[in-house]
Amino acid sequence: MENKEFQSSSPPESTTIDYEKIAASEPFQHLVSSKRKLLVPLTVFFLVFYFALPFLTSFTKVLNNYAIGDISWAWIFAFAQFIMTWTLCTVYVKKANKFDDMAGNILEEYKNKGSNV
Amino acid sequence: MSITAFILFVIIVGITLVITYWAAKRTKTASEFYTAGGGLNGWQNGLAIAGDYLSAASFLGIAGAIALNGFDGFFYSIGYLVAYLVVLYVVAEPLRNLGKYTLADMITARFDQKKIRAVAAINTIAIVIFYMIAQLVGAGALIQLLLGIDYWIAVLIVGIMMTIYVLFGGMTATSWVQIIKAALLMLGTVIISFLVLMKFHFNLFNMFTEVKNATPHGENFLHPGIKYKDPIDTISITLALVLGTAGLPHILMRFFTVKDAKTARSSVAVATWVVGLFYILTIFLGFGAAAFVGSEKIIQANAAGNMAAPLLAQVLGGDFLMSFVSAVAFATILAVVAGLVLSGASAFAHDIYGQIIKKGNITEKQQVSAARYSCISVAALSIILALFAQKMNVAFLVSLAFCVAASANLPVILFTIYWKKFNTAGAITGMLSGLASSLILVIISPNVIAPEPGAAIIVGKPLISLTNPAIISVPIGFLGAYLGTVLSPKRDDKKFAEVTVKANTGLK
Repeated sequence: MENKEFQSSSPPESTTIDYEKIAASEPFQHLVSSKRKLLVPLTVFFLVFYFALPFLTSFTKVLNNYAIGDISWAWIFAFAQFIMTWTLCTVYVKKANKFDDMAGNILEEYKNKGSNV
Repeated sequence: MSITAFILFVIIVGITLVITYWAAKRTKTASEFYTAGGGLNGWQNGLAIAGDYLSAASFLGIAGAIALNGFDGFFYSIGYLVAYLVVLYVVAEPLRNLGKYTLADMITARFDQKKIRAVAAINTIAIVIFYMIAQLVGAGALIQLLLGIDYWIAVLIVGIMMTIYVLFGGMTATSWVQIIKAALLMLGTVIISFLVLMKFHFNLFNMFTEVKNATPHGENFLHPGIKYKDPIDTISITLALVLGTAGLPHILMRFFTVKDAKTARSSVAVATWVVGLFYILTIFLGFGAAAFVGSEKIIQANAAGNMAAPLLAQVLGGDFLMSFVSAVAFATILAVVAGLVLSGASAFAHDIYGQIIKKGNITEKQQVSAARYSCISVAALSIILALFAQKMNVAFLVSLAFCVAASANLPVILFTIYWKKFNTAGAITGMLSGLASSLILVIISPNVIAPEPGAAIIVGKPLISLTNPAIISVPIGFLGAYLGTVLSPKRDDKKFAEVTVKANTGLK
């Protein structure tokens, strides 16, 4: 029952792929762990950075001090959120090219082996 | 209605109809209908995501919120943007690799059961209907203000236009309407911002100093705390904003319109730049309106501040610029509601009819006609509900949509992709507890129950003080998914291996 619906909507050969074997393979493990090493710290960072703004504005008045002219630190921190988002977006897109190559190699290897079966 | 405004509206309607005619000839299969055949490139899809996302609430609502409440209005701009990092880092690529047409496709890629697809489809439909009523009621009121036509005619015009785009042109027409709207919206916003900056002699410091003396709030205008005084409520709202986007079905659906995960990623990158630029410019819209229109006139035109941007345009560039901005607002509404109709129709036609009732045994032709019938039904239902909701304050519906998206969809999306032990019971309890807690908490909140008559739907004392319950409902959604999983013995490591491989490599 588990696979019935699935087969009807996918080509039959997809059921012959040994996903567990690929998942356990060294290159795949390497791909997943490099992604995790990049994304987990970045995600924690941007969430902390983001929530720091409402926490600081809600519980303290420190951001009400003026930084430059009549622009207070709250606005500086708010603009920093934009810079942070664009920077982290660019960083990931740059690094992800490497992940695409790694994923491409895994697929390549799988296809070569697959044709021998 | 001014002649200029009328001509600009007719031009926008004309262009979108030509696009729809052109798109209709390319919309024969289900894949073309739901995903434009997956043939959009990163730039096109990025602009379409921006067009799908930047609703009238963003354009007119945030401009008004900043003009009236200063810094507190800007919280929305920040949350709506940072949300794209969640979309980029955790959702976009796995979704593209696992799904076909809908969010339910992605979840059932791991848990292939009808009841899961049904619950996911119900969540999608709930979010789409909430969001859509809010958009249509807002659109009706807005067009009524801008053009001086009756509310019901305005709702009908928008309703008929969105139905035509989706019915005939499917995702291709919807995408191009969104792309054009994104370009128009950016153009309009950049022009106004430039004119505002010019009035301040191209000096940002000057702008902050002048706006400090321009509003009744005085110096406080520049400080947080005018609108959001309760710390927990502020944090709850910012939580819903940052997590909700990654669970909105009409945004998620856009990732199926590109060929692979790499293009999905580059389209989020384009969208992040465009959306970010727009939200930065909301400061100029808001400050400009506060300084040159004045809060008294803004509130007089519309208590929520929705007319701030058009009024500012009038001060800066006369009737022509105001007509142009009104036309842009109209295009904005059309693009967003078209995306909503399409995602609602996909949940009905693909998930409920095609996969559950017909069990996937459905021809290409049947799929397309089911999609078209669903599109008419979703549109008709939304129009009728919007006509009845005219006098209601519907602002809570958008926060409800974000809340359901963050509490019911996001936990299950995350666990499906990343948690090995996650199982069918967990997926169902997660989605249902997120949906139920959001609904119940909003019903007992000040959005629905307020002491003053007319402020909300029911007169009375609200049971909770939170205007957005995300801070409670998001943890409930995660907890529901977690408890459902650990309390049920089922576990399928093989399927998880398959999902991980597919999500990371795009292997099919």
